[in-house]
Amino acid sequence: MVTLTVNGSRHGFDGDDDMPLLWYLRENLNLKGTKFGCGIAECGACTVLMDGSAVRACSVPMAAADGAEITTIEGLAAGGELTAVQRAWVELDVPQCGYCQAGQIMAATDLLNQVPTPTDAEIDAFMTNICRCGTYTRIRAAIHRAAELGRDEA
Amino acid sequence: MSTARTTTSTRRDFIKFAALGGSLVVAAPLAGLPRRARGDEADGAIGFFIRIDADNSVVIGYPNPEMGQGVATSLPMLVAEELDADWSRVTTTQMPLAISRNDDGSLRWTHVGQGAGGSTSISGHWQALRQAGAVARKLLLQAAADRWDVPEAELTTSDSRVRHAASGRSAAYGDLAADAGRQTPPEGEVPLKPRQDFRIIGTPQPHKDLEKIVTGQPLYGIDAEMDGMLHAVIARCPYFDGEVKTLDDSAARAVDGVRDIVKIDRPPLGEPYTVLAAGVAVVADSLWAALKGREALKIEWDRGPHADESSAGLERHCAELLQGAGQIVRDDGDLSSAMDGAAETFEATYWVPYVSHATLEPQVCVAHVYDGGCRILGPIQMPAAAQRMANQLTGIDRLSIDVQMTRLGGGFGRRLTVDYVAEAVLVSQAVGAPVKVQWTREDDLKHDRYRPGGLHQLKAGLDDDGALVAWTQRLASPSKYYRRPNMTDDRLWQAELYPDDFPAQLVPNFRLEYFPAQSGAPRDSWRAPAHTANAFVIQSFLDEIATARGEDPLAFRLRLLGESRDMDYGNHGGPTFNPGRLAHVLSLATEKAGWGTPLPQGHGRGLACHFTFGGYAAHVVEAAVDGDGALRVLNVVTAVDIGIVVNPNHVRAQMEGGVCDGLSTALDQEITIRDGRVEQENFDTYRMMRINGSPAAIETHIVGSDAEPKGMGEIGIPPLAPALVNAIFAATGKRIRRLPIGDQLRA
Repeated sequence: MVTLTVNGSRHGFDGDDDMPLLWYLRENLNLKGTKFGCGIAECGACTVLMDGSAVRACSVPMAAADGAEITTIEGLAAGGELTAVQRAWVELDVPQCGYCQAGQIMAATDLLNQVPTPTDAEIDAFMTNICRCGTYTRIRAAIHRAAELGRDEA
Repeated sequence: MSTARTTTSTRRDFIKFAALGGSLVVAAPLAGLPRRARGDEADGAIGFFIRIDADNSVVIGYPNPEMGQGVATSLPMLVAEELDADWSRVTTTQMPLAISRNDDGSLRWTHVGQGAGGSTSISGHWQALRQAGAVARKLLLQAAADRWDVPEAELTTSDSRVRHAASGRSAAYGDLAADAGRQTPPEGEVPLKPRQDFRIIGTPQPHKDLEKIVTGQPLYGIDAEMDGMLHAVIARCPYFDGEVKTLDDSAARAVDGVRDIVKIDRPPLGEPYTVLAAGVAVVADSLWAALKGREALKIEWDRGPHADESSAGLERHCAELLQGAGQIVRDDGDLSSAMDGAAETFEATYWVPYVSHATLEPQVCVAHVYDGGCRILGPIQMPAAAQRMANQLTGIDRLSIDVQMTRLGGGFGRRLTVDYVAEAVLVSQAVGAPVKVQWTREDDLKHDRYRPGGLHQLKAGLDDDGALVAWTQRLASPSKYYRRPNMTDDRLWQAELYPDDFPAQLVPNFRLEYFPAQSGAPRDSWRAPAHTANAFVIQSFLDEIATARGEDPLAFRLRLLGESRDMDYGNHGGPTFNPGRLAHVLSLATEKAGWGTPLPQGHGRGLACHFTFGGYAAHVVEAAVDGDGALRVLNVVTAVDIGIVVNPNHVRAQMEGGVCDGLSTALDQEITIRDGRVEQENFDTYRMMRINGSPAAIETHIVGSDAEPKGMGEIGIPPLAPALVNAIFAATGKRIRRLPIGDQLRA
């Protein structure tokens, strides 16, 4: 039995422990915000926070999530109030199709937790998620904006 | 219970409305608008819907699918403008496919044409959706005039309210909605606002669904479900037109949760595609069980008729074709005499590869075929095509097939075709339950309808004054019209060469020649279809000529384009092309980019411009190449003229996205074929640009214009690759003539 916490709720799972966390979140818990893009940890559409760090849920088997604390895109604005990253994404109207953006937001959340005021070079080094629509310049600007919003709140 | 009325006069046949529980619902189909680019359905009627609720909220349906191009926002803006709605209280929703049957049995759009392709959503609906808003406003005015017993002419509207200045009265649309639903609809066209009165059109607006996206709401096809739904994945034959030779599914059937195994036949050879490949579907209670079941299948494939095909072979085949004589697509003047008499001639050959759409949301569709009907739910660019396909496969009447579009996790042309819908319909039909067929990334890259590659041979002649007097482009390629219904070989060029494209009509002796090449790879439209290849070769070649002559590439193009005047343009995006408007965006972009000002060693600027589907765009790329051949794109300055701009925020977004998509594609994207199958498996071998490859800045300048609006979805791509290779040439003196660039600079 794998036990894990997802967005603050405890869950037990006794299915195949080689199933990726991504399918558990999407299919078992019906948290559809985390997206499938490649299945090999290349694109980052499935990025979630695991014990506070961004991971690619498509490549985390359930066995490896035992005891973990997972935050998905649905868990960010848990109190109904958007986080600084989400607000920055709204302010700059970042998405086009929007499919990758949950993963981008989760990755940016981890980046800003580690580096509260990242430079362009730090953003470019950390953010490896693919955006097929090419919203990269807005993503970069939104991360800077989120850093500002985060500072204002601190 | 709704009461729907359709009035009887000819004009009023096009206006239908209904009072629905205190709400006003308007659908206003109008005739006489241009057929969609893909000829999808009926000459017909077009229309739209609005709902105004008692709480004064306004819901506006958008008929076309949203895939990132912004129509879920921009199309409702057209309605809201004429309705004088309070935009902050407007919500928008995707309309399902609506098709109706005429008395003679033919089918028509119930409201408006629905689909997304060819950058036509705004231009196609520009009149009709504003008219729909104006009709709804008129009904609200009539209701207020009746209630207050005042002349309608004394009433004004703004922010979802009707006002009567003389008496100081006002009423919210929500208060008037039920009364408005009982009004007689207006005769004829309702006058539309002059442009200077626009309050919503032309203002920068964010996506209406923005907050849903950033909070992870289930908007996409992959998120869609139906009650009692099973999950399926399909093991598809990796060889083009191959077939299942032997199948042992015993281990797959033994996987816990697997319900059934369904064989899918390949489409008949040479015939239009239904599905893209033969396959074996594993149907299960869960996606995971289906995936595990698929892994347990033991299949031996018949490698089919194209097992010897390779990318190298295709390129050789194209080169051999160019040795002979092709189909003459356009032939102005006397090319050979003009070439012979030219003071200078130039020649170059370019190669463009197959590329894949690679929507980040892999293909997916939910279908339920039941007794007498069918329901389809998924990320679909062409809902009527999906309905036709389901009808073709099941025989179910078109009007008993419901198609609902979800938000699309990218389209780029991939979802113009409906093979992934066909699979879901076939599997659901076989198992008698709703089924979601989910593709993996490997499935998606190996089974696409690829943008055709091709070999382009260009030659030009200039006279003593340096004027272009002769031009020829000879293209050998596997046309995307492969396996299209009713297609003949002598029309295959139509998908690959657009005979009125620049510089046609500007060079007196001008010839286009096409050589249809054979390939087993499925192929079709990829964002801005043949414009991507043709802009690359034409704008690269012009640069080669200018730089070889020591002339500024900007001055050379401006000289060729000349003054503002309309020229005939018979291809999609016409009926006219104005070279002066193209010159204007080029001048604007170069001016803003500081064209001609000094750059550091190893840096270079390149420019290109192109006319795509009625719009004009120019890019200036600044690139740097270091001593090891590492390329960086520093910034891109763009200028665009699409006539009237509906949502400048999304015009910018589309230019930014077009630049990144064009860059990503030019840098690394290539589908290669070996032994009759695609070699790329996933994003590790089909490389997409990440944020570290994107320019530090993309600056977009929008030319304000009163011309009828054109679409933005594709125009940003075609000039990017040539502007990039021209910048690389300026930086290094190295000319890139094959895409993708890959590691050519490191050689």
